[in-house]
Parts: sequence; structure tokens; C-alpha cells
Amino acid sequence: MDIGLSETQQLIRNSAREFLEENCDTQYVRAMEEDEVGHTEELWDQIAELGWLGLTVPEEYGGAGMTFSELAVLLEETGAAMLPGPFFSTAVIGAEALKLAGSDEQKTELLAKLATGKLKMALAFHEKAAAWAPESVSEMTATQTDDGWILNGEKRFVQDGAASDMLIVAARTGEDPKSGITLFLVENDNSNVESRELKTTGSDRMSVMSFGEVSVPKGAVLGEVNGGWPILEKLFQYGAAGKCAEMAGAGQKLLDNTVDYVQNRVQFGRPIGSFQAIQHHAADMAIEVQAGRQLARQAAWFLGEGLDATRQVALAKAYLSEAYPRICATAHQCHGAIGFTHEYDLHLWTRRSTGQRLAFGDTKLHQETLARSVGL
Amino acid sequence: MRYAFTAEEEEFRSEVRGWLGEQLPDGWNGINEDSEEGWRLNREMRTKLAGKGWLTLAWPPEYGGGGASFMKQVVFNEEMAYARCPGIDGSAIKMLGPTLMIHGSEEQRRTLLPPVARGEVEWCQGYSEPDSGSDLASLQLRVDETDDGWVVNGSKIWTSNAHRADWIFFLGRTNQDAPKHRGISFFVADMRTPGIEVRPIVNMAGDHHFNQTIFEDVQLPKDALVGERDRGWYIGATLLDFERSGVQYSANGRRILGELARFAKEQIGADGRPVAEDSLVRNRFAELDVDIECARLVAYEVAWMQSVGQVPNKEASASKILGTQLMQKLAKFGTELGGMYGMLGPGSEFAPIDGKYPKMQLTALSSTIAAGTTEINKGIIATRGLGLPRG
Ligand SMILES: Cc1cc2nc3c(=O)[nH]c(=O)nc-3n(C[C@H](O)[C@H](O)[C@H](O)COP(=O)(O)OP(=O)(O)OC[C@H]3O[C@@H](n4cnc5c(N)ncnc54)[C@H](O)[C@@H]3O)c2cc1C
Repeated sequence: MDIGLSETQQLIRNSAREFLEENCDTQYVRAMEEDEVGHTEELWDQIAELGWLGLTVPEEYGGAGMTFSELAVLLEETGAAMLPGPFFSTAVIGAEALKLAGSDEQKTELLAKLATGKLKMALAFHEKAAAWAPESVSEMTATQTDDGWILNGEKRFVQDGAASDMLIVAARTGEDPKSGITLFLVENDNSNVESRELKTTGSDRMSVMSFGEVSVPKGAVLGEVNGGWPILEKLFQYGAAGKCAEMAGAGQKLLDNTVDYVQNRVQFGRPIGSFQAIQHHAADMAIEVQAGRQLARQAAWFLGEGLDATRQVALAKAYLSEAYPRICATAHQCHGAIGFTHEYDLHLWTRRSTGQRLAFGDTKLHQETLARSVGL
Repeated sequence: MRYAFTAEEEEFRSEVRGWLGEQLPDGWNGINEDSEEGWRLNREMRTKLAGKGWLTLAWPPEYGGGGASFMKQVVFNEEMAYARCPGIDGSAIKMLGPTLMIHGSEEQRRTLLPPVARGEVEWCQGYSEPDSGSDLASLQLRVDETDDGWVVNGSKIWTSNAHRADWIFFLGRTNQDAPKHRGISFFVADMRTPGIEVRPIVNMAGDHHFNQTIFEDVQLPKDALVGERDRGWYIGATLLDFERSGVQYSANGRRILGELARFAKEQIGADGRPVAEDSLVRNRFAELDVDIECARLVAYEVAWMQSVGQVPNKEASASKILGTQLMQKLAKFGTELGGMYGMLGPGSEFAPIDGKYPKMQLTALSSTIAAGTTEINKGIIATRGLGLPRG
């Protein structure tokens, strides 16, 4: 057992923290909330330059060849800084999808582009049912032709869909819920792909994307025909673990900010942090951050080592989906009215917590996994 | 003991419910009262309610009130909250009115209260300051006595609806040397008085609800003072007890639970069955049902105490804590029930129930802070209520 960060991991954390403080402060985050695209190419190129996008991409494809543990350490920092843009969709979902299921050709071509910032990716999975289950892929069809496939249908909750260059589209190619899903890599410059924004309270960059007679070549299939679900299941694990890392990092940031605030805010002639009620709030936050971070790191490590992480991911996401919104609420409680203003930054994290709680399975979904794993 | 309203009260409830149903548009589901449209409707309903004699139901008739019992007022407040009907000026009706009736001069009552009863004016509350929130008694807004009145300098903050208010009641420091509780006085001022400036503060849900209210050499007449000079703290404290009692939480909660139950029956889960059939969901509904009932009965207890002439104190604090925590739980549950759709806010395509719940999740965060934080109220229960020593 070694709970500490390796030297490399520490380096990643420190340099990420430094870079984000410099280039991604809350002023930038606010500006990007208002921005049509939601990120700047300048910052995107910089993080590509830093090697963040290809962190877990094998060296032979132009990446740094690190494990998911290192990526999780980075995600703690990007989560704390609320890094705008399709970083998560690309470096976590896109990269893992290509690594897991890409053909040699796809990997050679796409992973290299991804690692150098030339390929932003997004996952188009949900439809009406919008559950993290095979049933969510229902009306989106892919019909085989002589030289490829024709895609028709509409996808919802496509995070970063509008900003992406390439979508991973889950389409129904057979009747069986699980073994009738195929994944396709679809370029997002096709005029038959349209996107409309879904407005969330958290600036989550969700889109509805409609595909009308979109033809793709044979080589666009990711993995096997009808083999999409097992890949998605695995991807959701990476997604959930990644979100946990984000929430753990953001939780730490909120704890730091709150401790700082209650040390400086004076009421009744003393810092409010000297009142036991506030101390207990801060301690509660600290306990949840600590436990959450351990769970998140364990899940990331299991994934990074290629072990079965089903249980570890579910433990982390079931916990943090509850604990993190609670950490946000406690931070608000400690701040009083100032934290309820638009001008104060606290809401930037709070508003994002709903999307993070829901992404890649909410509490209930992961609790169900745990119930099965304890033998029920 | 009797856990039922009288036949007369029940009859009044049906009357109010029926009337509100007629006044509010078909399919009425509430409105964001901070919006322009919400404010317009507030004024419209206020005039109509005044016309019915319901606006200041429990005030004595000589000040334009209906002379009704506390319990009848409770019934009315419940129906208003349940109907999500705008129109009540909480600060004037629940706070200023009762305070003036106890501490104001006859002249102040006769001039200030009837316009409230007629629904003609909006009041706001100027208590908090940037450096004085929970520690209200440390307030610094300076009020100096002159030959013909008062001069006010300083700043209030978080003043809800100051941008719409005609009048403000506020606490100011009139004695710099006395111990902090003994140098405060209670005043009223016309918001059009030169030197009063209202600066908007946008809240985290994107609405303009509260403000900073700046006083710069504001000259007020002698009769701006309510009660005795330097005794304002004790006047202000009565008022807070009135503010803390409230049945609106449970009534609002009941409406929400009904709305969510309808939604859960229509919403199909991933397993192809209505969400309402999920045992976990049923369990949550039941838990919230209990929470609503707790908030309701404790609020009744507060109202009942007032009706028999007792001053609720720790009871009012308990009621406020139960009610506001209920709002936060309901907002969370409402968001969760929608699954992924639960993150879609007002105005979004596919948003369930108009995207109300994710927004309520944000606004409800303030309920445990405004009008006395949960921590301060727990302190009141522990010290004033249970007699524990002060820390
Ligand atoms: C939506 C909204 C509307 C409002 N409207 C009005 C209005 O119309 N008029 C008006 O005058 N004010 C209004 N307020 C202000 C409100 O009364 C204050 O926010 C409240 O009293 C708390 O003060 P504060 O925000 O300065 O927080 P602080 O007093 O700074 O408190 C910060 C934290 O410290 C805790 N704390 C402070 N002292 C203690 C202690 N002794 N023991 C334990 N914990 C402690 C608090 O509980 C809180 O958790 C409004 C506030 C909100 C959020």
C-alpha cells in the first residue's frame, strides 16, 4: 500500500496547479460561460503543448504513455479550476475509447491528432431515456450500405458536442439491448449533423445533436459491429472515475476557500472560524474531501492497472455524487449571503455539481452496482 | 387539544382556494417573483387581495385589517403559498405591521399602516450591513439627531426588493458610546428621500432580488423614529420572531410533493416503468411527506402560541430550520427525479416541470442563511430555549 503520490504525479499536480492559476482563473471560467464556443483555442493549444491531452496515449501514438492514475491527478486540478472546454471529453472519453476499441489504423491516425490538440472528441450516447444503460440507444439507427453506413437519429446530452471535431455515436444495429449497439466515429463537419444547445444551470455545454442521412465509411466503426455496449460500459467507468477525481479536487478547493473565508470574516468580534458550529462544518467538509479523494484515487488506480474496477468506481461515484454537492452546500452555509451572489465565485462550482453528480451514473445507479457486489 | 381547523376556518380555506383559482391564469404554476412580470403580477394580485380585505387579514380593523384570528391568517398563508400566488409584502405585513402596533405611535400607525392594507406600498428591511450579518447588534449605520430630525450615513446590504420599495424600515446606531445593543434605534424612511441610493446585487441564480442600500447625508424628520431612541434593538428583535414563524414552507412543500408525484407517475425510467413504481423513489416521497408534516405542525405551534398571547422563540427558530431544510431537500429530490433531465434549467428544451427544480436547488441555498442562519437559530434554541450557557 502506497497512498502517496509518486514523483511524477507530484510534478503533474504542481505544474498543473501553477499553469491553471496563471491561465485559468475564475475570471476566465466566467468569460467562457458567456462565450459561444466555451473555450479559447489559445488555452487548448497550450494544454496540448503541455501534453495533457495525450497523457494516457501510448508513446507509440505520440502520447506520454502514462496511466489513468496520473490523469486522475491532473483531473483533480482541472476539476478544482473548472477548466472550460472539451478536455474531459477528449482526454478521458475520446482517448480511452480509441485505446480500448480503435483499430490500428484508427489509433495511428486519430490518437496522434488527439494528443497534439488537433482532434476534439465527444460522446453521443443518450437518447430519450437518458439512462446510462443500453436502453438509451433506441431510435438512432445505422444502416449498412455497400461502402459504409447511413446514420439517422437524434442524440441528447452530448457534452461538448458542439465544440468537438469528432463524435463517438452509439447507434442501434440489432434488437438485443446490449448486443445490438455499434459505435461510429463521425466527423462533426458534416452538414447533416446539427446541434442545438440544452440549457443547464451549470454551463455544462450539453447539446442535442441530430443526424440526418449521415453517411460514414466502413472504417468509421469503432470496435466490432454490435460490439458497442461492452466498450461503453468500460468508458462509463473511466468517465465516472474521472468525474470523481474532478469532484475530489474541486472539493479540496472549496474547503481551502472556505477555511480562508471563515478565518477572515469577523462577527461577534472574532473570526467566524472560531465558532464551533463553523469548525464542525469545515471538519465535515474536510472528512468528505479526504474520503472522497481516497475513493477517487483508488478507482483511478484500479483502472490504470487494468484491474476490474467495477466495485471501486461504483464506491467512488456513489459517495462523491452525494458528498460533493453537500460540500458545496456547506461551503455556502459557511459563507452566508456573500456566497449567494453572482459576483462571488462560489456558485461557479456549485452550479456545476449537478452535472457532475449525474455524469456517468448518479448515486442510485452506482448503489445498485454495489448492492450486487455485496451479494444481493 | 384539537388537531383540526374549525368548520369556519375550513370554509374560509375553500373560499380562498376557490377565489385564487379564479384569479390565477389556467394552468398556473407560479412565477419567478424577481422577474418584471412577477412583480407586475404581484402588484395586481396585491390590489385584488386588498379589495377582498385579505391582504392584512389579522391586523386590527382600525388600521385597515380584517381583525381575523391568527389561525385564519395561517389558513390564508397556507393557501397563498399552495397556490404560488404572488402579492404579499412579507416585510410590511408580517414584520413592520406587528412592530408598529406594539411600539409605534398612534400617528405612525394611522399614516403608515393603511396604505399597506390597501396594497399600495412596498416596504423593505434594512438590517444587515456588510460587516454586520449574524452579529446584527454590531451595526454601524450612523444616525445623528439634529434640531428638526435625523441625519443618516452608512450602508445596508442584502436589502430584498429595495429597488421596488417605497419605504424602508431600518436599524441605525444613535449612540456611539453605549454598549452595542443599547445604542441602536428603529427608523422608517421614504425611499425617495434624497441621499438614499439603491445598488443592485445579482444573485447566483441570476436574479436581481437584493441590493446594497447606501445612505449619504439622508435627512429624516423627527417622526422617522419608532419607539424610544436607543431601544431599537429590542424592537427589532420582536420583529424577527414574527419573521421566523411561517407556514409557507410546508404549504409550498405540499404543492411541490404533489407536483413531483404527478411527474413521477408520468416519467418512464430506464427499466421502462414509471419512476413512481421504484421502491426507492416511493421511500423518498414518504420521507418528504413526514418532513412536510413536521414543518407544518411546528409552524402551527408557533402560530398557536401567538394566538394565545405567548411569544414564540425557540419554537420559531425550530420552525424556520425545519421549513428551510425542507425546501433544500425538496429541491434536491425534484432535481434527482428527472435523472439527466434534472440538470435542465428554465427555458431549456426538454426541461421537466419548466426547469424549476435545478434553479430552486440554487435559490434554496439562501433559505438557511436569510433571516437568521441555521447556526444562529440553533444557538437560540440551545441558549434561550434550553438554558444552556452562551459560548
Ligand atoms: C436571499 C437573502 C435575502 C436577504 N434579505 C435581507 C433583507 O431584506 N434585509 C436585511 O437586512 N438582510 C437580509 N438578508 C441578510 C441576512 O439577514 C444575513 O445574510 C444573515 O443574517 C447572515 O449574515 P451574513 O450573511 O453576514 O453571514 P455571517 O453572519 O457572516 O455568517 C457566516 C456564517 O457564520 C455563521 N456564524 C456567524 N456567527 C456565528 C455564531 N455566533 N455561532 C455560530 N455560527 C455563526 C453563520 O451561521 C454562517 O454560517 C438576506 C440574506 C439573503 C441570503
